[in-house]
Amino acid sequence: MAQKAKKRLRVNPIACEAHGVCLELLPELLGADPWGYPVVSEHPVPDRLLGHARRAVESCPTLALLLVEETGAEPVSTRRRS
Amino acid sequence: MSALTQPDPPHGDALWHAAPESAGTAGLDTAGLDPAGSDTAGSDTAGTGRLGLLDGPPGLAGHLAAHGALPVLDGEAILQAVGSAGLTGRGGAAFPTERKLRAVADAGRARRGGRTGVPVVVANACEGEPASGKDHALLLRAPHLVLDGIALAVRAVGAANAYLCVHETDRAVLQNVDRALAERRAAGIDEVTVTVAGVPDRYVASEETSLVNLLDGGSALPRFTPPRPFERGVGGRPTLVNNAETLAHVALIARHGAAWFRSAGTADAPGSALVTVSGAVRAPAVHEIPLGITVGELLARCGGPTEPLQAVLVGGYFGAWLPYSRALETRITPRALAAAGAAMGAGIFVALPREACGLAETARVARYLAEQSAGQCGPCVNGLPALAAALEALALRGDRRAPDYIKNLIPFVSERGACRHPDGATRLIASALTVFAQDVRGHLAQGPCRAARRTPLLPIPASTAATAGVR
Repeated sequence: MAQKAKKRLRVNPIACEAHGVCLELLPELLGADPWGYPVVSEHPVPDRLLGHARRAVESCPTLALLLVEETGAEPVSTRRRS
Repeated sequence: MSALTQPDPPHGDALWHAAPESAGTAGLDTAGLDPAGSDTAGSDTAGTGRLGLLDGPPGLAGHLAAHGALPVLDGEAILQAVGSAGLTGRGGAAFPTERKLRAVADAGRARRGGRTGVPVVVANACEGEPASGKDHALLLRAPHLVLDGIALAVRAVGAANAYLCVHETDRAVLQNVDRALAERRAAGIDEVTVTVAGVPDRYVASEETSLVNLLDGGSALPRFTPPRPFERGVGGRPTLVNNAETLAHVALIARHGAAWFRSAGTADAPGSALVTVSGAVRAPAVHEIPLGITVGELLARCGGPTEPLQAVLVGGYFGAWLPYSRALETRITPRALAAAGAAMGAGIFVALPREACGLAETARVARYLAEQSAGQCGPCVNGLPALAAALEALALRGDRRAPDYIKNLIPFVSERGACRHPDGATRLIASALTVFAQDVRGHLAQGPCRAARRTPLLPIPASTAATAGVR
């Protein structure tokens, strides 16, 4: 039996405008930074909160909150500039 | 891990020193590097058979005479040579170059026949770090090595075209590169077109997703990833973004082989690297060093300190301070520098005299980095100015709340942007509070030190200097 893939929350920080909708809908997994931008937990979303997480994702006015598959090391880590 | 038993490179010291020892006061730059490069031009001065990256000469005929023609290798042979050589990226991430090349080649192969399947090669010589001069020096001295490296990368990933990104204001490099490309066109060397792209002078403009945005006709601003450039880059195609120096190493590896490359450096950090040394040393310059020598040995190669030192900035404004005593013993490899709490970065070393104020210096750089934010991500836009202001308050007014405020704020800023800009800035600020802990206590107890008003040491680009200073 295939194990269900774990999901994790991510914020696209370019898109996020700190509307705070997600903070209202998912206080269990999200906290606010001093400017009102969401800080997401690095841990997988527990099954019991998946429905709430999906609702928060769908409700983001800028589509900045993402539910992504938990993956291992990324194949190419090259985010450093220059 | 192989410890270097002797500090000197295997082939004699003179070879590694690109900058004339008399460069003296020339500032870090690059400056003394005359494009004509007559001092080492084309001659294997030590008679060892190993020419360095900066030995030039810049002209094609001299380049071919010195280094020989580029061997005709198929893509797989290039990938294997780079892999056995153990080359890692010299732009800062120190990622294994072969793996990066293969990721792009594989992505291209997987989408073969598709409109967006043909890879693109981007050579990054933008050098956004103000205290770095190595890529500038490399393109003045040996542009054909970089262009050879681009040609090899094109073959290795199966690209149809390539870009060479340089700062749009660096006229000397632009002219030199144009001349080199004209020579290659006349000689019919390159299989694909290499386009020179001018990139704005902005710290985050040379981040690899910024370059992709720019080459796609947008602004040079970082993108949210994934997709990363190797998956979907310029024009939606798999895109290799490599630092210019990395590609120059590929050009030498293709000619001389992996074993030759590994004859310098250590087992876990093979080969040589270009480094830029500035600050309180007698001969600030760009040097090619075998990886694995200590920071102390590097400073000695630059004539030694001009006055007693207290710390060395390692890795540039993306790096960290190391206390002088610790730096002296630290080996220059990505792993050893990371273990010491710094980073290899693009090979930047700035020697800070004991008479300078590390807190004021860092505050000034923090302000510069805050102003260099792309302005896209909330935590960076809000966090970096707040951190800079707090560090200024500490350095210039001895504000008691500042140290705790900074320590508490950093976790809300680090790793919370689309690019690594806030991560680098916060690492530097955090290292200042640690390394200059005694100064923090002094500033809190007795107010700012006199050195806080001293002429600043760390370079801030002129365009922003007027507003970036902490007075």
